[in-house]
Amino acid sequence: MIELKNIDVTFTDKKETIEAVKNVSLSIKAGDIYGIVGYSGAGKSTLVRTINLLQRPTKGDVIVGRHNLMDLPPKELRQARKKIGMIFQHFNLMRSRTVAGNIAYPLRGTGLSKQQINDKVDELLELVGLSDKKDTYPSQLSGGQKQRVAIARALANDPEVLLCDEATSALDPKTTLSILELLKELNQKLGLTIAIITHEMQVVKEICNKVAVMENGEVVEEGDLVSIFTDAQNPLTKEFISTATQIDQALDKLAKHPTLLNLTSEDVLATIAYVGESTSSPLIASLYAQFAVTTNILYGNVEILQETPIGNLIVVLSGEERQRDKAIAYLEAHDVTVSLLQHNQTVFAFNKKQVG
Amino acid sequence: MTEFMQTYFPNVLNLQDEIIESIWETIYMTGWTALFAGILGILLGVTLVVTDTNGILAKPRLYDNLDRAINTFRSIPFIIMLALIGPITRLLVGTTIGPTAAIVPLVVGTVPFYSRQVQNALLEVDQGIIEAAEAMGSTPWEIIFRVYLKEGLPSIIRASSVTIINLIGLTAMAGAIGGGGLGNLAIARGYNRFQDDVTLVATLAILIIVFISQFIGNYFVKKTSH
Ligand SMILES: Nc1ncnc2c1ncn2[C@@H]1O[C@H](COP(=O)(O)OP(=O)(O)OP(=O)(O)O)[C@@H](O)[C@H]1O
Ligand SMILES: [Mg+2]
Repeated sequence: MIELKNIDVTFTDKKETIEAVKNVSLSIKAGDIYGIVGYSGAGKSTLVRTINLLQRPTKGDVIVGRHNLMDLPPKELRQARKKIGMIFQHFNLMRSRTVAGNIAYPLRGTGLSKQQINDKVDELLELVGLSDKKDTYPSQLSGGQKQRVAIARALANDPEVLLCDEATSALDPKTTLSILELLKELNQKLGLTIAIITHEMQVVKEICNKVAVMENGEVVEEGDLVSIFTDAQNPLTKEFISTATQIDQALDKLAKHPTLLNLTSEDVLATIAYVGESTSSPLIASLYAQFAVTTNILYGNVEILQETPIGNLIVVLSGEERQRDKAIAYLEAHDVTVSLLQHNQTVFAFNKKQVG
Repeated sequence: MTEFMQTYFPNVLNLQDEIIESIWETIYMTGWTALFAGILGILLGVTLVVTDTNGILAKPRLYDNLDRAINTFRSIPFIIMLALIGPITRLLVGTTIGPTAAIVPLVVGTVPFYSRQVQNALLEVDQGIIEAAEAMGSTPWEIIFRVYLKEGLPSIIRASSVTIINLIGLTAMAGAIGGGGLGNLAIARGYNRFQDDVTLVATLAILIIVFISQFIGNYFVKKTSH
C-alpha cells in the first residue's frame, strides 16, 4: 500500500544542514496499523509527511497505491492526497466552521450535491460518534471530540490510508484509549491502512501490528509487534519496550530499596520473559521439584499483544549455583528468556555476610 | 435651545450647511478610500503571506521586493506624501483640490499600512490548519479563499477597523491642504478665523464617526469569531 524507498530529507539553511531522514525504506501493507516510534527530533514527523509529500524528500521514492507520488504533476498529486487522510497532534480544525462545516470542507468541489454532502457528513459523524455535535464550533469541544472531528474530516473522501502524527499526544490516557479504539475499529470496518507516529510505546502496544523505531533520522529496527516486543535487538528499542512494560521502573524501585531483595550468596536476581501460552507457573513449580531452586517473583507484567500473551517477570532464583544454572538452562529450553542482572545488591549481600 | 446655541455656538448656527457638507465630504473620502485601499491592501497582504519563504506559493524574490516597497512607502510622512503624489493626482483626477482628488493620496497613504495589517492578520491563522488543507488536496486558491480569508476574517475586520480610524485622521490632514471635509472646516474656520465653536463641532463630528466605525467593527468581529 505504502512503499517508501531510500528516503532522504535534508534541510538546508544558511548556517547548517540537517539530515532529518536518512535512507529510510519502509513498506506498509494494506490493512496494517504501522507504528513509528522515536524520541523528539528523531525525524518521525518529517518521515510521515513525505507519505503525502507535505514534505518532498530530497531523494527517494514515495509509492502510495499505484502511484509514485514523486512523479505526479500538482493537480494529480492533489487528487492523490484526497485519498490519504491525515490527523495531527493539535487537530488543526478551522475555528470559523462548525463541526459539519469542517467535515464538509474537503467534500466541496468533488461533484457531490449539497444534499449528498450533508448525508455524507451525517454518516461520518455517526461513524465517529459525534452526531449530536453537528452544529457546534470546535472551540466548544474537548480534545478527544476535536480529534474525532478531525478523523471524520480525514475520512471524508474515503481514503485508503490514514496518517496520524502524534494524534493522541495532546490527550489524557483515557481519551487516548478511546481514540485508539476508534482507529482500530476503522481499520477493521473500512480496511483502512494506518500509519501512526508516536513517542509512546503504549500507543503502539495498544493497536499496531507493525512497528519501526527511529533514531537520528534512521530506522534502527523494524518488525511485527510481537517479535519486536519479545526479541528486540537495538538498545533503543529495548528502552522503549521496557518503559512500556515498566520493567525498568520496577528495577529502579528495587534498586532504591535493597531491603526488598535481601539477597544472599545463593540468590540471583533475574528477569524472565516468555511468549505465548507456555505460562511460567508450571515451569517455576518444576524448578523446585527438579532442581530445588525456589523462585520468588518480585514483579510481573503480562501484555496481550495481537492476542499473544507476553510475560515479563523480575525474580530471585535461590539455590546452589550449579542447580541454578541447570534451572536456567531448563527454562531456556522451554523458550523462556532469562537474563541475570548484575545488581550491586549482590556485592552488598556478600559484604553483609562477611561482616556477619 | 436656540438661545443657548446663539450664545455659545454663534458661528455653528450660521454655518450649518457647510458643516453638514463637510461631514459628508469626510465620509465620502473615507468610504471611497476604504474601498480602494481595502481591495489593494487585501491583495497585497495575501500576496505577502503566500509568497513568503514558507508560504504556499513561496516566491522569496517577489516577497522581498514587495516587503521593501511597503516599508519605503510607510516611512514617508503623509503630509509629504500629499505633495509628492500631487502630479499623479492631477493626472488621474485633473485637479489636486477637493475630496475626490484627496482620495488618491489617501489610498497611497493607506495601502501600505493596511497591507501589513492584513498580512499580520493572516499570519495569525495557524500554520497547522494550512497544512491540513494542503493534506486534503486543496488548491492554493482554495487555501486563500476558503482557509486564510475565512479563518482570518475576525482579525482582518479588526485590522480594518483600526485602519479606518487611522484613515479618518488622514482625511482631516488631506482636508487641511484643500481636500475639504471636517479637517478643512476646522482649519479654515476654526483656526484661521478663530471660530473655536466650529473647531469643537468638527472634533465632535470626527469623534462620532470614529466611534460608529469602531462599533460596527467590534460588532462584526464578535459575529465572526467562534
Ligand atoms: N522545516 C524544517 N526546517 C529545518 N529543520 C527541520 C524542519 N522540520 C524538521 N526539522 C528538523 O528535522 C529533525 C527532525 O524533526 P521531526 O519534526 O521530524 O522530528 P520528530 O521525530 O517528529 O520529533 P517530535 O517528536 O518532537 O515531533 C529535527 O532536528 C528538526 O529540527
Ligand atoms: Mg513530530
